[in-house]
Amino acid sequence: MAASLIRTSYSSAFAFSTSKASVFSPSVSPPSIKVPTFSPTVKPLSSTVAPHAACAISLTTRATLTPSSVPSDTLTTTFHGLCYVVGDNIDTDQIIPAEYLTLVPSNPAEYEKLGSYALIGLPSSYDTRFIEPNETKTKYSIVIGGANFGCGSSREHAPVALGAAGAKAVVAESYARIFFRNSVATGEVYPLESEVRLCEECKTGDVVTIELGESRLINHSTGKEYKLKPIGDAGPVIDAGGIFAYARKTGMIPSESN
Amino acid sequence: MASSLVSPYPTSSFIRNKKDLGFSAFPCTSQIAIQKCKKQVSKKIVSVMAPQQSERKPATTGSVKTGMTMTEKILARASEKPQLSPGDNVWVNVDILMTHDVCGPGSIGIFKKEFGENAKVWDREKVVIIPDHYIFTTDERANRNVDILRDFCMEQNIKYFYDIKDLGNFKANPDYKGVCHVALAQEGHCRPGEVLLGTDSHTCTAGAFGQFATGIGNTDAGFVLGAGKLLLKVPPTLRFVMDGEMPPYLLAKDLILQIIGEISVAGATYKSMEFVGTTVESLNMEERMTLCNMVVEAGGKNGVVPADSTTFKYLEDKTSLPYEPVYSDAHASFLSEYRFDISKLEPLVAKPHSPDNRALARECKDVKIDRVYIGSCTGGKTEDFLAAAKVFLASGKKVKVPTFLVPATQKVWLDLYTLPVPGSGGKTCSQIFEEAGCDTPASPSCGACLGGPKDTYARMNEPKVCVSTTNRNFPGRMGHKEGQIYLASPYTAAASAVTGYVTDPREFLQ
Repeated sequence: MAASLIRTSYSSAFAFSTSKASVFSPSVSPPSIKVPTFSPTVKPLSSTVAPHAACAISLTTRATLTPSSVPSDTLTTTFHGLCYVVGDNIDTDQIIPAEYLTLVPSNPAEYEKLGSYALIGLPSSYDTRFIEPNETKTKYSIVIGGANFGCGSSREHAPVALGAAGAKAVVAESYARIFFRNSVATGEVYPLESEVRLCEECKTGDVVTIELGESRLINHSTGKEYKLKPIGDAGPVIDAGGIFAYARKTGMIPSESN
Repeated sequence: MASSLVSPYPTSSFIRNKKDLGFSAFPCTSQIAIQKCKKQVSKKIVSVMAPQQSERKPATTGSVKTGMTMTEKILARASEKPQLSPGDNVWVNVDILMTHDVCGPGSIGIFKKEFGENAKVWDREKVVIIPDHYIFTTDERANRNVDILRDFCMEQNIKYFYDIKDLGNFKANPDYKGVCHVALAQEGHCRPGEVLLGTDSHTCTAGAFGQFATGIGNTDAGFVLGAGKLLLKVPPTLRFVMDGEMPPYLLAKDLILQIIGEISVAGATYKSMEFVGTTVESLNMEERMTLCNMVVEAGGKNGVVPADSTTFKYLEDKTSLPYEPVYSDAHASFLSEYRFDISKLEPLVAKPHSPDNRALARECKDVKIDRVYIGSCTGGKTEDFLAAAKVFLASGKKVKVPTFLVPATQKVWLDLYTLPVPGSGGKTCSQIFEEAGCDTPASPSCGACLGGPKDTYARMNEPKVCVSTTNRNFPGRMGHKEGQIYLASPYTAAASAVTGYVTDPREFLQ
């Protein structure tokens, strides 16, 4: 199921299995895995939205949906859209300043609010902002970073804010470990590593495509292609659909929530 | 869990090690995960030597085929495996899970979603819930988050919940402690050989007790709440050997700033940092906590200090639970070893805007400052305040800039008002601080270390220059994006407060 994802429509879900709520596919209407309360304005990928979004439905319904048990389709997944370029050592305070941490990511309304503050902590030397002043979502679906992206705090609010804002993937030269781990665990953004300093090769606003199966990034604005690093040990966890799905699959925890 | 390069040739002389001992002291190379050196990492190493070839201590995990480091051993025992190598991904049993008001609600949300609305935590005595981040504020969401913790603790009958209800008077809350990492230590939750996870990056502080302690996010914490275990990747270990007597003007903060400046903010990414040597052995527990606290600022996964008589003495009156320390095997493999002659080190600062932007304090003496902040898990413990008091006492002068004091916990606050400061003729820290013109010690919490809600005490709401005993100085850390934060030891912070400029504490201590 080859899918070239158009970033403009948030409701066209796309698959990448880091999420506990891996929902397939772009242009075809999603298969039976569908969160009933899913609305077009809510990013379906985020399973953290589910608890309260699903409070109108019974728990058993939620349990049988178990979106997290849907395996990924990494080979055919692509991300496409505008990229936003940042430098080295972008720490969690820049991604989501501490004053916004009172927002609880597992609460849908607060999840959205977190998104509206993504990367607001970047210094004023960044002329172009990640989210325009009167907007709550970003037009950049791919963040390109330098070394040690996401350093600082263990706050999961960081990858959540990026994902809630509309980012789909981050391509960094390297990551701080807790941020990387949280990205894998939440499925909010797909954390990829580049071989070279893409932050020096790309400019904010460049149109970019990432082909996961090919481990390749194409910058349409410059015409250049770059190799991405394989996901490594996180692969099985991502492919299973996140830490919970992986644990269920490997028998570490019971397969159904009670 | 990032992809890693495999390299059979670490920087230290393990090959020699291998030959000397006549057998492979070096774990299977294909399992070694070594993070690629980044361009920005300083390749300059202070000095690298082979690990000591000392008498092999008996292993505590049964027959050991290959030597393991402390971290490897702790994880091996916790995952019930006889042998582990760096790079292995294993399910580890968790001894303590800690969370606070910022990440607790989110973790609880995930726990309930994944395990069910009526699910019970895996062990009501192993979950320690410590509100500490945004406490003394009128921010409704912040207040609500503490209520969420309370509801959960009541529902789950959580044994250790350090609650606060009366925000106007912290002393009216008998259970309330304050900063989680200091509270964990003071309440006896840190024990050698154990695995402690927390939803905070500075959870690594507990490594000072010879245990594996690291920070995790909400999703992982939600998982641990239900399962009592987590999938962890075994990190390779960097060894830092510090020998020599601590000069009277240096503190553990200077040591860790030295190290971070040496290896950079990504120098220890995915690695364990082990601190050994006579200097480390001479440090008290709170100083060891400071050392391990900033391991995360070098990208480290965890930090460890081997448990010894200092550790056992500290724990005597704090915990009655049995524990079994572990120690690195003599022929364990370390990724690299760094040696420092402490007598050669000088007081340091980390200049804006990175913890690895190391500089000598004396070289920054022309930097005019606007304020000084003494607090946080890094620099707000009893020992930190005693150190600051020592400098104020020695100077005999009043501070030239607003000097904010935020004790980490209720116990620290009490110590400020009761403990006599050596050499002061019986004065307490609080008296010395008052005489020096510092602000009155504030309600214990994380305070302005990370900015927080706008009404947080000592928050930097305008661009100012601040010398702080905290742990991070990235743009906007304490509130204002253009704020300039110089990280320093309590000695350096106090000295700077007295002069109004970044000041080497030797101006007052020699």
